[in-house]
Amino acid sequence: MNEERDLAADDVAPGDEFEGAGSLGAAVRSYLVGFLLAIVLTAVSFYLARSTLVWEPSIPIALSVLAIAQMGVHLVFFLHITAGPDSVNNIMALAFGLLIVMLLVFGSLWIMANLDHNMLPMDQILNMQR
Amino acid sequence: MWGKLSWAAIPLHEPIAIVASAVVLLVLAGVVGWVLVRGHFAYLWKQWLTSVDHKRIGIMYVVLALVMLLRGFSDAILMRSQQALALHGGGYLPPEHYDQIFSAHGTIMIFFVAMPFVIGLMNFVVPLQLGVRDVAFPVLNSVGFWLTAAGALLVNVSLMVGEFARTGWLAYPPLSELTYSPGVGVDYYLWALQISGIGTLIAGINLVTTILKLRAPGMNYLRMPMFCWTALASSLLMVAAFPILTATFAMLLLDRYLGFHFFTNEAGGNVMMYVNLIWAWGHPEVYILVLPAFGIYSEVFATFSRKALFGYRSMVAATMAICLVSFMVWLHHFFTMGAGANVNTAFGIATMVIAVPTGVKIFNWLFTMYGGRLVFATPILWSLAFVVTFVIGGMTGVLLAAPPADFVLHNSVFLVAHFHNVIIGGTLFGAFAGYTYWFPKAFGFRLHDGLGKAAFWCWVVGFYLAFMPLYALGLTGMTRRLQHYEVAAWQPWLVVAAVGAAFVLAGIGFQVAQLVVSIRRREALRDVSGDPWNGRTLEWSTASPPPSFNFAVLPQVQGQDDFWRRKQLSDAALASPADEEYQDIHLPRNSATGIVCAFFASVMGFALVWHIWWLVGLAFLCAYATFVKLAWREQQEDSVPADLARELDRAHRAARQGSAA
Repeated sequence: MNEERDLAADDVAPGDEFEGAGSLGAAVRSYLVGFLLAIVLTAVSFYLARSTLVWEPSIPIALSVLAIAQMGVHLVFFLHITAGPDSVNNIMALAFGLLIVMLLVFGSLWIMANLDHNMLPMDQILNMQR
Repeated sequence: MWGKLSWAAIPLHEPIAIVASAVVLLVLAGVVGWVLVRGHFAYLWKQWLTSVDHKRIGIMYVVLALVMLLRGFSDAILMRSQQALALHGGGYLPPEHYDQIFSAHGTIMIFFVAMPFVIGLMNFVVPLQLGVRDVAFPVLNSVGFWLTAAGALLVNVSLMVGEFARTGWLAYPPLSELTYSPGVGVDYYLWALQISGIGTLIAGINLVTTILKLRAPGMNYLRMPMFCWTALASSLLMVAAFPILTATFAMLLLDRYLGFHFFTNEAGGNVMMYVNLIWAWGHPEVYILVLPAFGIYSEVFATFSRKALFGYRSMVAATMAICLVSFMVWLHHFFTMGAGANVNTAFGIATMVIAVPTGVKIFNWLFTMYGGRLVFATPILWSLAFVVTFVIGGMTGVLLAAPPADFVLHNSVFLVAHFHNVIIGGTLFGAFAGYTYWFPKAFGFRLHDGLGKAAFWCWVVGFYLAFMPLYALGLTGMTRRLQHYEVAAWQPWLVVAAVGAAFVLAGIGFQVAQLVVSIRRREALRDVSGDPWNGRTLEWSTASPPPSFNFAVLPQVQGQDDFWRRKQLSDAALASPADEEYQDIHLPRNSATGIVCAFFASVMGFALVWHIWWLVGLAFLCAYATFVKLAWREQQEDSVPADLARELDRAHRAARQGSAA
């Protein structure tokens, strides 16, 4: 408890890389917390997929939420993305990457769903070939 | 033992390919023989081939680009002459050879001319402009260059052993699938671009990291020269877009090698997904090429107008806007391939929107010149020709961005004229401007001005003669990639286009002559000041060629165009730092990792093309072992003593004072 209060006093965000004396223990603890959170989130996903705990049509949404939480845990505890000032470039890079991925995924979905728009229905094409 | 490889792979029945290969081999043997006989090999190996100095890697990139320009341009001459003759099936190139030529021309010009040219210039200039000693990852930089060179090597090997793709430069399936292209051509294409694509990705990561993390003290973002901003935007696009290309090609390779069905006609494959993905890379790619050129023009206009760049902040905003919007327009490459009006409209509008920041840039360059005292050296001639040419290309681009117009012009030579208009008029003219502008920085002497101007005029006249007829032809319905045609009215236009290609050939001839003459007369063209153009940015504050450490003492930046600002202040601002400010400088050690890894990567690519599986495994292991050996090396840095750095720095400052007086 004592050490936790020290960390709070230094205003260290979760997942921040610790420096100075005693850093090894703190780093290990941070990784352990991340590891446990990741395991819990994974286990809950597997459990939810088969359970009747939540309304059935909402299961995919619940799984998406858990997946996004999982990404957050990885980013904070393993990749050390924080809100700290040292992390501005990383945050920007992450935001840029997310934006590009979103543009690509949703753009592709939109385009691919729309591609048959200008085509005749298949039976009419077959008629034309006769 | 040797997979699909046999003596039949040598195209003895194609005289053009055989003669061309023989000439290439003779030239290569001549160069290697000259290097060995004159005893230059040790120098070449130690100082260049294994160098991790960003300046030397940049120069090697540009050399690669210039050599490949000769190859790509000889393809262009073949195509123009074939089409000038090919009425009613005349001409001298059989279809299967003609198809390889236009595929190789596009592939080479984009991936192995334009890309290495702009990456080379960025590699050379960006650390100097930022006032730092090297890029963020010097050894990785060397690996990236050599992987690009390995890709170029594979493309050229395909001329002598086997064949190249006949699919066009983007290898659309289903034509590029095994069913319709059973030969090795597409495999050469895919492996060459996979290998060089990794090199490009590495270059992009390196440049982004360098610009974000390594800058001279005081060089905050809004003090960076415009070229650094465009290099940042271009590298960000490389990092974001090239993985898409790699993934798309990987899927096509799985189709071809392991019987997958991503893009096949049968078994649920979808060819449109390939078209979609390849253009999701392809459109950012054109901005990867043109943004650094925009940066070069910004430097050139400011320097030769003796004025600061007009609207610096709007220029930064325009650059980053283009960087972002370039990822939102890719559908305009396939308006006609089935999408509905809503999708076409959205992407059409996004495409037209990109013209806005580009227009902002054009006006900024014009206002930079307005009221300035222009010095008409060769670099600004290229830049002026760019403004006129690029505006024409941009307007035909906005025309093509309107889906109804695109339905008429899609895949016609109007489109061919448009993209040559922007790539030659934008990227290539910019690369030539940068080449002339920074050549004295790289080698300590200028390029011959008269021959440079002769080359410029031949290029500009040749460009207009070669491509304006294609606009007319496209409007009359001529499609691209025709090996022969039946419309007699087209022939006069195509003859004019061929004459244009001959003018460009003369331009290239003048450029070769310019290089040779300049090297022979280097003493007369010598620049000892390190600042031959009265430059504004930090690269001109150090000696030409810059010492391996670039700056003996890192500059303390206090504003935009810091070197110009210091020149305006007083001699004191340019005076040599005190003795104690010079310190030992640590530089990364040269490493053969890049060239050795790339050698094995080329072998692996060749073995993959010909299905020589044991060699694939062996080459991969060797490449991996090379990398492990690098990781285990003990000494990573060499040190330059402070005394030497001080001596060199003071000598350069004295020389500059001497030449100013």
